[in-house]
Amino acid sequence: MIDRSGTPLVELNNISLSFGGVKAVDDVSVDLYPGEVVGLLGHNGAGKSTLIKCLSGAYQKDEGEIRINGEVAKINNPRDARGYNVETIYQTLALADNLDAASNLFLGRELVNAVGLVDDAAMEAETRKIMGRLNPNFQKFSSPVKALSGGQRQSVAIARAVYFNAKVLIMDEPTAALGPQETQMVAELIQELRKQGLGIFLIDHDVHAVKELCDRAAVMKNGALVGTVDVDAVSTDDILAMIIAGKKPEHLAA
Amino acid sequence: MSDATAEPKGKSPRGTVFAALEIDTRLLGMIGAFAVICLLFNVWTDGRFLTPRNIFNLTIQTVSVAIMATGMVFVIVTRHIDLSVGALLATCSAVMAMTQTQFLPNLFGLGLGHPLTPWLTIIVGLITGAVIGAFHGYLVGFLAIPAFIVTLGGLLVWRNVAWFLTNGQTIGPLDTTFQKLGGINGTLGETGSWILGILCVLAALYGLWSARRAKIRHGFPAKPVWAEAVMAAIVAGSILSFVGILNAYQIPSRRLAKMFEAQGEVMPEGFTTGYGVPLSVLILIAVAIIMTIVATKTRLGRYIFATGGNPDAAELSGIDTRMLTVKVFAIVGILCAISAVVASARLTFHSNDIGTLDELRVIAAAVIGGTALAGGVGTIYGAILGALIMQSLQSGMAMVGVDAPYQNIVVGIVLVLAVLVDGIYRKRAGAD
Repeated sequence: MIDRSGTPLVELNNISLSFGGVKAVDDVSVDLYPGEVVGLLGHNGAGKSTLIKCLSGAYQKDEGEIRINGEVAKINNPRDARGYNVETIYQTLALADNLDAASNLFLGRELVNAVGLVDDAAMEAETRKIMGRLNPNFQKFSSPVKALSGGQRQSVAIARAVYFNAKVLIMDEPTAALGPQETQMVAELIQELRKQGLGIFLIDHDVHAVKELCDRAAVMKNGALVGTVDVDAVSTDDILAMIIAGKKPEHLAA
Repeated sequence: MSDATAEPKGKSPRGTVFAALEIDTRLLGMIGAFAVICLLFNVWTDGRFLTPRNIFNLTIQTVSVAIMATGMVFVIVTRHIDLSVGALLATCSAVMAMTQTQFLPNLFGLGLGHPLTPWLTIIVGLITGAVIGAFHGYLVGFLAIPAFIVTLGGLLVWRNVAWFLTNGQTIGPLDTTFQKLGGINGTLGETGSWILGILCVLAALYGLWSARRAKIRHGFPAKPVWAEAVMAAIVAGSILSFVGILNAYQIPSRRLAKMFEAQGEVMPEGFTTGYGVPLSVLILIAVAIIMTIVATKTRLGRYIFATGGNPDAAELSGIDTRMLTVKVFAIVGILCAISAVVASARLTFHSNDIGTLDELRVIAAAVIGGTALAGGVGTIYGAILGALIMQSLQSGMAMVGVDAPYQNIVVGIVLVLAVLVDGIYRKRAGAD
């Protein structure tokens, strides 16, 4: 069981964000504890990605507050989010296709030598170390990442998120482009990271995967939060009903 | 970035040799094309094309466009374009011409020939270029006006600001020290050139050696020793033969006699000496080295290429892409100012039409040199080689006696063909 008595790792309180009059996120509150995986579910356009981008710094919220370890966090851009050890694996992976794995892994946080020039050899050595852990089959260290397969690209994006001592990990449909074997690898990684005490937000469409991997599931519809439930207390049908009908199951509503 | 990868792709013996040498096959193709052009014109002109004299001239004619082309690489890599470089060169040139002939003498009493004049002039020019370039970058990056429009407007504005500054007049002669930076009026001489050549060889060898050492230290596969030795021999040989050719171009004896006279001496009987490496070429070499280091070894360069490859990814990685745009255009502005120094010093005066159509030559040089307009791909050495290929074509055709309209038709066709061939090559080579 997750110990939820202490201070949450992340609190998103009453977050709202509009795009040209359309409320993409409407007064949503979700929290996340250390060692916990919270699934974010909902239809396309329900506002899951938008909500999470407020935390990763890609968007700026209009209203509400973000607390990290109980303290109000000011996140105005992705650099700020990284400063709070919030790392994100985007659905698009956000890799620069023309650069190699090491350059992507360290993009924005390059290792430099004594005179301030980027130290490619050191970065490649670090990349080889972490890839050896995450994906031992990975060998293409000198090719641009566009030459890699979907799974290899995904592992570069994951390596980038976990290399820098993340405390909070946001995964936006991390298995969407992967085969069964690689999906299993990501599932194992999630279990390993939560044991280390990371908090993970997992955006996914697959209700079964969420039930298997997550501790709690937060369901959104039309920008608003339908409810957050303990996955062990509900069936997949209950979660599906929340996604489709936008109502909390009756046995939990009380 | 476009370095050939260590894994041998081709299985043919030739493929593995190139793979072991780790030479970029694209670079090889460009050098090959350049060699073919040179040999063709050499046969056509009965051996006049590949004389020390013509190679010397070709070199100094290329410098101005080549300097700006290195900056254009950064602009195009970040998915922008700069149509204003020729006009910006004109404005910088006009500002510098007015500075040394009007402002410095009138305001500070520093006339032409004063030891401070050329340096103050160049500083004013560099600042002018940097400020205008940064302003373009601000309009593109922060106000989100497309670079095409900003620099198209810039082309009209700066061409005519130059006109306004000088009332359309030719301003000259320029300071004699300043003129030395243009080409034939300022060379290192034979001894100086050999010293430079040897220093360059030592630096290149050190570069190869330290790259190898870094690979071995981290346990990465390194090239076989014979491949390193071949590379070192090729590099050293090219540098020294280039110096040798420039040294072989003899200063005409009448001109030499005048130089001795100027120093109050008499030329010894039978004295001859070569020009050696022009100072303008020295400037180009320095620009090329600095820009290559910026492109491949600094965070700025890494961010430029990352932004070109995927602007969203760069932004999400915490890179300030708007400020990056300002920096890129400011770099181009500074390079335009350096080119303005070289171009006006070569002419020995500022003329109203200086740098006209240079924007097209510069873009063509960068593109022929393998810079992809889609962004994310390009090299500094490629752009310089591209400028050299363009200039060889142009002056080769002029030597053969091809009429001006035909010259431009050929250059235009070559530009389009180069991009076509490059596209086919990229597809064949796969993702690389």
